[in-house]
Amino acid sequence: MTAQDVMVVSGTEPRNERALRRQARGEQGRLVALSVPAFFLVGALVLVPMGWLFWLSVYGSDGFTVENYTRLLHPAYKETLITTFELAFLVTGLCVLLGFPVAYMASQLGPRWASLVMLCVLFPFWTSLLVRTYAWLVLLQRRGVINSWLMDMGLIDTPLKLVHNFTGTTIGMVHIMLPFLVLPLYASMRTIDMDLMKAAANLGASPVRAFWGIYVPQTLSGLGAGVILVFVLSLGFYVTPALLGGGRVMMWAMQIERSMAVYGDWGAASALGVVLLVMTLGILWVLRRLTGASAGSGGH
Amino acid sequence: MKSSMTDAGATSVGPAAHAPDTEHSLPISVQSLVKSYGAFRALDNVSIDIRSGEFMTLLGPSGSGKTTLLMVLAGFVRPDSGSVTFGEREILLLPPHKRDIGMVFQNYALFPHMTVAENLAYPLKLRRAGKAEIRDRVERALDLVQLSGLGGRGIHELSGGQRQRVALARAVIFEPRILLMDEPLSALDKNLREQMQIEVRRLHEQLGITTVYVTHDQREALTMSDRIAVINDGRIQQVDEPRDLYEKPSTYFVANFIGETYSLPVEVSGSSVMLFGQPIKTPAPPEHGDRHQALILRPENLHVFEAEPDPGMNSMAGTVRQHVFQGDSIVTYLTVAGDREIAVRRQHRSDETLPAPGS
Amino acid sequence: MLRKPATATQVTHLQRLWLYVVCALVIIFLVAPTLIVIPMSFSDSRYLEFPPEAWSLRWYRAYLDSSEWRQATVVSFKVAGLTMVVATVTGTLAAYGLHVSRAKAGKYVSVLLILPMIIPVILLAVGIFLAFAPVGLNSTIPGLVLAHSVLAIPLVLITVTAGMRNFDINQEMVARSMGASRPWAFLTVTLPQIRNSVMSAALLAFIISLDEVVIALLIAGGDKATLTRRMFLALRDEIDPTIAAISTLLIGLSVVLLALSQFLQSKKN
Repeated sequence: MTAQDVMVVSGTEPRNERALRRQARGEQGRLVALSVPAFFLVGALVLVPMGWLFWLSVYGSDGFTVENYTRLLHPAYKETLITTFELAFLVTGLCVLLGFPVAYMASQLGPRWASLVMLCVLFPFWTSLLVRTYAWLVLLQRRGVINSWLMDMGLIDTPLKLVHNFTGTTIGMVHIMLPFLVLPLYASMRTIDMDLMKAAANLGASPVRAFWGIYVPQTLSGLGAGVILVFVLSLGFYVTPALLGGGRVMMWAMQIERSMAVYGDWGAASALGVVLLVMTLGILWVLRRLTGASAGSGGH
Repeated sequence: MKSSMTDAGATSVGPAAHAPDTEHSLPISVQSLVKSYGAFRALDNVSIDIRSGEFMTLLGPSGSGKTTLLMVLAGFVRPDSGSVTFGEREILLLPPHKRDIGMVFQNYALFPHMTVAENLAYPLKLRRAGKAEIRDRVERALDLVQLSGLGGRGIHELSGGQRQRVALARAVIFEPRILLMDEPLSALDKNLREQMQIEVRRLHEQLGITTVYVTHDQREALTMSDRIAVINDGRIQQVDEPRDLYEKPSTYFVANFIGETYSLPVEVSGSSVMLFGQPIKTPAPPEHGDRHQALILRPENLHVFEAEPDPGMNSMAGTVRQHVFQGDSIVTYLTVAGDREIAVRRQHRSDETLPAPGS
Repeated sequence: MLRKPATATQVTHLQRLWLYVVCALVIIFLVAPTLIVIPMSFSDSRYLEFPPEAWSLRWYRAYLDSSEWRQATVVSFKVAGLTMVVATVTGTLAAYGLHVSRAKAGKYVSVLLILPMIIPVILLAVGIFLAFAPVGLNSTIPGLVLAHSVLAIPLVLITVTAGMRNFDINQEMVARSMGASRPWAFLTVTLPQIRNSVMSAALLAFIISLDEVVIALLIAGGDKATLTRRMFLALRDEIDPTIAAISTLLIGLSVVLLALSQFLQSKKN
């Protein structure tokens, strides 16, 4: 046999082409089919109802309508919207103020101390949301721990109003959201090459200047991810405002629940829901674009 | 100087040294295999016949399609079209677990949650072998790869070479008719690799199993194989015995890929070959009539003479640039015809004087 | 010690003292409030004071004596247990299929499966209420299990997929070449090695269900009220110290389960 013989190009029509393709498709199909049970659950309980919600919001008793959406311009809803955004901004801002130093320190510590700090940051994650909210109720109430300490120390004469209002809601939510900010920020800080700071010092930058000019810009992708995450979660938050706000802080999510459960007003509930959904997905889409881009340039 | 060969050498291969052992092995026949990934053709109409009991190496650079071809044989890659038969049986539509092949992966793919013996017993259990039989065969397989007594070890307790042996034993313990190996030695260091090459070869001779071995290491391919199929760009370039492949490459790619080579342009007219305007002698007349062809030189086949050599030898004038000492040999780099670089390798002898650079 | 440089740019620890103080305060802010519940649950007083003046187990007794709390606890554990099974099985199958398959549809399917983690829970709750109303699944155990499974599937998917990434798929191929069908290769080779990921995913699913409030609030009425739903309603009305006792038990449970899950995940290699 010669090399030329083995390299003969067969002139016959490949008969098994179709069978091979069918088999390949069949195998890939069976593998994807393994996700059918999960997909069916998510589809039936999430995707279909979301579609239904959208339908309810645009289809009234007399055909298609935008009434449910125009109604959202009513002062009562507007106020809810403003409260929700105010709270979300405030909580996000406070999380940045409190979270940045912690993430910065954790990223500079040795592995053992860093993991201890991160364990503490994650501790709230480990405990039920309801338990944490309950803890704040206990601490912040009129005759609660904080007020009685402050009075015992003689700092105040009458108890401060710390809970069942905007203040209490803010405190509780910052407590719950802080880990969401610290985690991505910490992750991005860990990847920063500290030799850059040495190089900056070498070139004559003061530590403060090097920090703001060199270090902070590199944390922006992680910070951005954390900020958007906290903001989006705050927009849709229910449990903590409902308990710590004492009915005085009306958030978007609470308005949805109330429209549905108390007034049975599905038109309003669905329109509110669709707006919240669109805002959430929109902001997260932006986040994906941002982190996707930064992951590409970050190069790790 | 003496030219070693031309690109036009005829390729003829004698019968394989191995008598086919049909009891333990099957011939493989691959016909017009095509596999594309989008616009990229990983296998471009590949046909090859592998004899029963043969050690066939698929040799090529990375991305050449050699591993794809192996995976098609194993059943993990489905080609777009073509045909593969093991013996008389068309197997392309068979799932991997019905093909009865033994397989060794580059990273061994030993099961870390099982002991060595359990790893070896895995294919036997699938074949519903009895307990005593399993114990017996595991024992024998361990003997075969010289790992007797290590059956109780965990995979993590083994060295790289030992893992390699276990993977090998596991691939042959159930007596498959065909053994496929995907760069099985590339993770080992050089000494161990050379030792294992001999070991794998010995195992093959003992078992007589049809073996398809993928590697990008030409030395390994030349050492171990009965025949080598050189693959590039999804096409088979040449299938030949190692010696013929080395001495009579049929394409420019094969000549360049196997061994160290330098090429010089030659002009062909009729049966005479002209190098830089002088006729040279060739071992065989050029095969095709293209006017411009390439002369392939291997450094170990050339000699440097300070004086004009016998007129009966092919020779050309050149300038010595540099000598490089490489332990067992010395390589002399020269330029010929102004700007063409060639090299000459020779055995190192301490009493010898070398022509000074620049002469 | 304080005058030693803390950074490469010669900022001393003393100069950074403020940073350490701020961090310590933030960490106290994160950890202390939850911990404070624990001693208070052992207080003898009807009013929540810290530190308690007298100790007792009366709130634990109150919890155990109340048939309502007991019932809610049973419902919660039943739901959490079943959710764990449903979410882990469906999530693991999906994770395996999507990881191994090279089909393009797979990417879209996994995005859809992650959605429940992204959509605000209140919307999920409203939607599930809508979906359950016509089929009568509201206020039933199966309804709660399905709803909580949907919530847990994304985390199971993520955890098991992470496990699959660490698994060398060649091993499954080698098993198949030796004669194992794909399902058998999965059961005997793949599953034993991603076992820790699957188990930690199961624990996560259990905790998610146990801690879930909003969906339970909307769809778990009557005698199918979960523990968290009852706690939420009780908190809205008054601050009953019984809840401190329940909270302490829940903290203990989640810490144990999550520590276990972390342990399993870290043991992977």
